Amino acid sequence: MTLRADLKLISELVNPNARVLDLGCGEGDLLAHLQHTKQVNGYGLDVDANNIRICIDKGVNVIEQNLDDGLSNFADDSFDMVVMTETLQSVREPDHLLKEMLRIGEECVVTFPNFGHWRCRLQLMTFGRMPVANHLPHSWFNTPNIHLCTFKDFEALCLDLNLRIIQRRVVDYKHNEYTWLSSAPNLLGTVAFYRLGKNS
Amino acid sequence: MPSVIVEDSVGIVNSQIYTHTQPFTLQCGTTLPSYELVYETYGVLNENKSNAILVCHALSGHHHAAGYHSMDEKKPGWWDTCIGPNKPIDTNIFYVVSVNNLGGCHGSTGPLTLDPETQKLYGPSFPSVLVRDWVVSQSHLADHLGIHKFAAIVGGSLGGMQALQWTIDFPDRVNAALLIACAAKLSAQNIAFNEIARQAITTDPNFFAGRYVENSVQPSQGLMLARMIGHVTYLSDDGMRERFGRELKSGDLGSGGGVEFQVESYLHYQGRAFSKHFDANTYVLMTKALDYFDPARETGNDLVATFAPVKAKFLVLSFSSDWRFPVERSREIVNALIEARKNVAAAEIESDQGHDSFLLPIERYVRILRSYLIRIADEVCK
Repeated sequence: MTLRADLKLISELVNPNARVLDLGCGEGDLLAHLQHTKQVNGYGLDVDANNIRICIDKGVNVIEQNLDDGLSNFADDSFDMVVMTETLQSVREPDHLLKEMLRIGEECVVTFPNFGHWRCRLQLMTFGRMPVANHLPHSWFNTPNIHLCTFKDFEALCLDLNLRIIQRRVVDYKHNEYTWLSSAPNLLGTVAFYRLGKNS
Repeated sequence: MPSVIVEDSVGIVNSQIYTHTQPFTLQCGTTLPSYELVYETYGVLNENKSNAILVCHALSGHHHAAGYHSMDEKKPGWWDTCIGPNKPIDTNIFYVVSVNNLGGCHGSTGPLTLDPETQKLYGPSFPSVLVRDWVVSQSHLADHLGIHKFAAIVGGSLGGMQALQWTIDFPDRVNAALLIACAAKLSAQNIAFNEIARQAITTDPNFFAGRYVENSVQPSQGLMLARMIGHVTYLSDDGMRERFGRELKSGDLGSGGGVEFQVESYLHYQGRAFSKHFDANTYVLMTKALDYFDPARETGNDLVATFAPVKAKFLVLSFSSDWRFPVERSREIVNALIEARKNVAAAEIESDQGHDSFLLPIERYVRILRSYLIRIADEVCK
């Protein structure tokens, strides 16, 4: 099985036997990989019935739980790593969730589609229409992405919430990382990859 | 009556009896000089004895979980929808063991058994039996069958409580526990419903302090009432509206009397049928076992600590309209398992059939059971 490029990046950050919580775990690829290669104690949250069944097929610890209902059932500092890939933009309260992630976890990784990408900007400027792109394929009326943001927006929020940005990576829509993307992440990057920690 | 046995049925099955010839001391301190358990098995135990699944029954259940006892039997066993060749609990892969619990009234030692000391029926003097006692007695049967470790232990409601207790008391003997519509302990509301049911039985003039058999009567009215109360709590408001609405069985609302609603007729029928084949003392005993179940009590109500010795992995399933064992009760178990670092998967199945959902062939539910057990088969049933 080839692991999606962003999941590979995350996998590199996880220590063997770590406790990992994956918010919006989808089909459980990351956790299945981590269980297999790093013997992690991992759990994934998802609400999609199909995803849940596929996770069960893979032997992933999947829990049916809606992120919009909060994470109050998880204790402080109960995980080494809390991961949320391409889900931030579709939750009801991203700011609250980010704080919760760092309450529960020592560190977290968040990835999201960059709304500041030049294609988005170009579409809005030239056609006056809501952008539709490879990394944002939905129309405005049926998109699950209700809280789109840019690299700059996200970093401003981290500052507001007093979250420490340990690492920022910039990838294209296939989650491949090219150095030239980092020259102007907010314009060139399609997917943002952040590793966050607590400010002491 | 089945005119033919369909392909995915285990077919005609026979009950067997396990006799435990040693004295067995129960949690309450009373010792039974010996006891019998009636059970059924479906499928074949593999050479490694690694493919056994124990099915634990709920409050009014018994050992006859699948197939037919004869071609004259009207209905198959109580969980025939899930147990059989190519069904989720696939008897082509697994060896399924289903037991009538101690204190039951379907053949295992219980209130309807002669007390060897007095040569009278145990009746109401049958000692109090706890979920823990059931689990220990089931482990005796497992020893007898040569099963050291179950690939999975599965149960709904009170059956799930037994599966949970197994993982705590015999961590090395359970590979996986499937807890369906279950709870780590009953709520006050649950205990209240059980007490109303018990009162209905014990205040029936034919109850005779539990000595009704000797008086050649049955507290049928009380048992029927108990079942009617129970039955309402196993359904949901939406499910009842959908199924019965305000349909009339007989009479005319305009005439101002002599009306019987469909729901009344249904409950009368269910209650009456139940009172004919269930023993009142067993009902009282089993509801008490439900009420007393509280594995976290010994660890100061800390479920996480209770789970510390557990080695099994878990599948926890609950149903959206179940208000007797609501999804929140399952979430408590799941959260404690996560905190205790145990492997657990959990799903909340959309259903308007209430607590009874766990017995019904709800598509998503059955698919998850199947997926989970295929995985178990791949892992341990070599």
